[in-house]
Amino acid sequence: MFATAKKLRAAGVLGLNERNADFIMRLNPRSLYPRVDDKLLTKELALAAGMAVPDLYGVIAHQGEARNFAGIIGDRDSFVIKPAQGSGGDGILVVTGRSERKRDCFRLSSGVLISEGEIHHHIANTVSGQYSLSGHRDKALIEYCVRFDPVFAAVSHQGVPDIRVVVYRGYPAMAMVRLPTRASDGKANLHQGAVGAGIDLSTGTTLNGVLNDIVVDEHPDTGALVADLEIPQWNFILESSARGYDVTGLGYLGVDMVIDAKRGPLILEMNARPGLNIQIANNAGLSLRLARIDEIYDATATPEQRAAIAQREFSAENRSGLVRETND
Amino acid sequence: MNQRYVYLLAAMLTAIGLSVFLYKWQVLGFPLTENQEAPVWTVEAAVSFQSGPSSIKVRLNVPLLTPGFRTLNENSVSRGYGFSTKFGSSGREAQWAIRRADGEQTIYYRISVYEDDRVDESDTTPPFPPTPSVNEPMKTAVDVLVADVRDHSADIASFTTELLRRMNDSSSDPNVELLTAGVSTSEEFVDVVTTLLASAHIPSRMVHGFPLAGRQRSAELVTWLEVHDGDRWLYFNPTTGEQSLPKRFLVWWRGNEPLVSVEGGSKVQVDFAIQLNHVESVAIAETQAAQRGASAIDFSLYSLPIQTQAVYSVLLMIPIGALVMVIMRNIVGIDAFGTFMPVLIALAFRETKLLWGLILFTLLVTLGLTIRFLLERLRLLLVPRLGAVLIVVVMLMLFISLTSHRLGMEMGLSVALFPMVIISMTIERMSVVWEERGAADSIRAGLGSMLLAVAAYTFMVMAWLEYLIFTFPELLLVILAFVMLVGRYTGYRLTELKRFKELARD
Repeated sequence: MFATAKKLRAAGVLGLNERNADFIMRLNPRSLYPRVDDKLLTKELALAAGMAVPDLYGVIAHQGEARNFAGIIGDRDSFVIKPAQGSGGDGILVVTGRSERKRDCFRLSSGVLISEGEIHHHIANTVSGQYSLSGHRDKALIEYCVRFDPVFAAVSHQGVPDIRVVVYRGYPAMAMVRLPTRASDGKANLHQGAVGAGIDLSTGTTLNGVLNDIVVDEHPDTGALVADLEIPQWNFILESSARGYDVTGLGYLGVDMVIDAKRGPLILEMNARPGLNIQIANNAGLSLRLARIDEIYDATATPEQRAAIAQREFSAENRSGLVRETND
Repeated sequence: MNQRYVYLLAAMLTAIGLSVFLYKWQVLGFPLTENQEAPVWTVEAAVSFQSGPSSIKVRLNVPLLTPGFRTLNENSVSRGYGFSTKFGSSGREAQWAIRRADGEQTIYYRISVYEDDRVDESDTTPPFPPTPSVNEPMKTAVDVLVADVRDHSADIASFTTELLRRMNDSSSDPNVELLTAGVSTSEEFVDVVTTLLASAHIPSRMVHGFPLAGRQRSAELVTWLEVHDGDRWLYFNPTTGEQSLPKRFLVWWRGNEPLVSVEGGSKVQVDFAIQLNHVESVAIAETQAAQRGASAIDFSLYSLPIQTQAVYSVLLMIPIGALVMVIMRNIVGIDAFGTFMPVLIALAFRETKLLWGLILFTLLVTLGLTIRFLLERLRLLLVPRLGAVLIVVVMLMLFISLTSHRLGMEMGLSVALFPMVIISMTIERMSVVWEERGAADSIRAGLGSMLLAVAAYTFMVMAWLEYLIFTFPELLLVILAFVMLVGRYTGYRLTELKRFKELARD
């Protein structure tokens, strides 16, 4: 039923208190938060650094501009509306198509039809800050809806599976892929019921999955095995996430990426307070890896070098070696 | 590192908080629990006399050094008289004066004392008394008696006891008979004894006072003997020779000077009355602190107006609630809506009592949520929607109150004590979480909030805790220090032990 704190410590599990006090507070200065909390700013920074992001169709910053919505989407059939300062995937509307008969009726990724009026209401809510972290006024971003790479088709139920990489001082430390389920309503957030699957950093293949903090082998909706999927362009994903550190300056960072069928890996957003479920998905504790990164930290290394080092250090097999090395 | 500063600061806050607390508790005597009452004796001396034609000056010996007792207050009731106290030849004197007075006069002096074992004899060591000049044949009797007693004793205490034994047993010794020939009162008797002790170069004096025991309408002064053994004063029962002091003996004055003297008056009489009251220990401690000029008292909550005190006795429980929140969230790891929402709910529970509080809270939130879901369909904007929820919550409270009143369940009326804004925000947050993350998450966090509210309530209604914090608000510093330490607690939360159990390896 319960693990003892001693066993968890031996496994190198990072707890919330320790994450907050020793990593987030120490390495993530509050002044840098807007860079990740405001997705519009993140997008601009990432673009400036030459990273790939989903195309931005338009921004709605005021209540009155909601009527520009039709003009922004033009005759596009699919797009995503998200709050610029949302958290935890709240308030994201994924539109995948339009009704055949009524052009102003949209189909969500869940299959539900939604009228343009309802979308206006959603945008108005978003702009007035319903989903924003602080409850302040917010902006609604309308952007490209990723058509995800078929690699995850068998292990996703609607929605877009995304890849979360925890980057510590510029070094990728741990990664997982988050697979939407019916319960998560197509959203790739673990606490909403998505399946998380750890990734072997060295090979880019998935490990076992975790659903609601419990290890699972199969996707609950499709029944397909979650493990041993090979993630395309894995090196590029690791490099991009390592570069996320240079862009944001945050020492403890979560980088969320999606793999588009045509455009390849895109940076979706970054997070200054990445969750700890990634440890369960990887069946490995973060503390040991973070300690190892502190040992090998090199301020002059390029993102490519850091990604390569992480790949070398943090393979799924190497775990026992890590325990020995850092358990002094 | 900054970790060390936190520890240092926490240690400092704890040290300050605890030392003020200990000072107030141990030195100033603030009691640790409520309703501790201490007996307070009020002794009233009524000086009555017949006034003469000229100006009048009254002098009365009043207590100065009172071993085992501490003075709470003293005052005088004497219309038209000038009143003052000063140190006189045999201790402290109260003095009254008036230019002219007609007929029968009565002046009152009142002193209130309470027991305090820590009040010790802080008297000075007296010089050796000069040999008293006694005429023959008394002188021979004195010399013989003193020499004889000296042979039969080892030290000052045993000398005094032996002397007193012989003096009380007058039949056997002609010397004693001679010395106590004219003695009729115990005061005169003790006076003779002090003369004898002076001949033996033993400092001694008369002590006058009252054994305090309940209410006495006319108390008699008791005369006792005090002997200095070169180190401290010893008390002797002049009739038995026993070395003791009567139980709860309040020393009124010392020496053989008369109790009272009135210049310009006649038929002087002094009557003593003793009254026993029970006064709250806190009040005594307050007075004592004020007498000592302890600044702690200036910041005491008891100096506030009663109504403000009532407000603060509730407000001071909020830090306790906050402490519970900090522990439950950062050490236990329970999810809830709003950081301190459960504390405010717990405050409301204080008034409604737990069971009714839970029923009303659940009822209010459930009804509020239902209506909130109906509002969702109207697609209102955020702030107007929150406003609407707030109005609905107020109306629901009204509805619940009216209905329960009709049904004769008066407890339902207390629903009005719930913080409606907080409840509205909770309903709004719950409905958003409900839509975003599903009913399970929403209800779980709702139950978490309720659990935390109950936990906070459990501590916030502890009467002894409320009293303790109210009387010793410096303990808040200790709570602050603890909260700071939890702020640097980086260990696992209890719920994480379950959450990460898959990761534990053997």
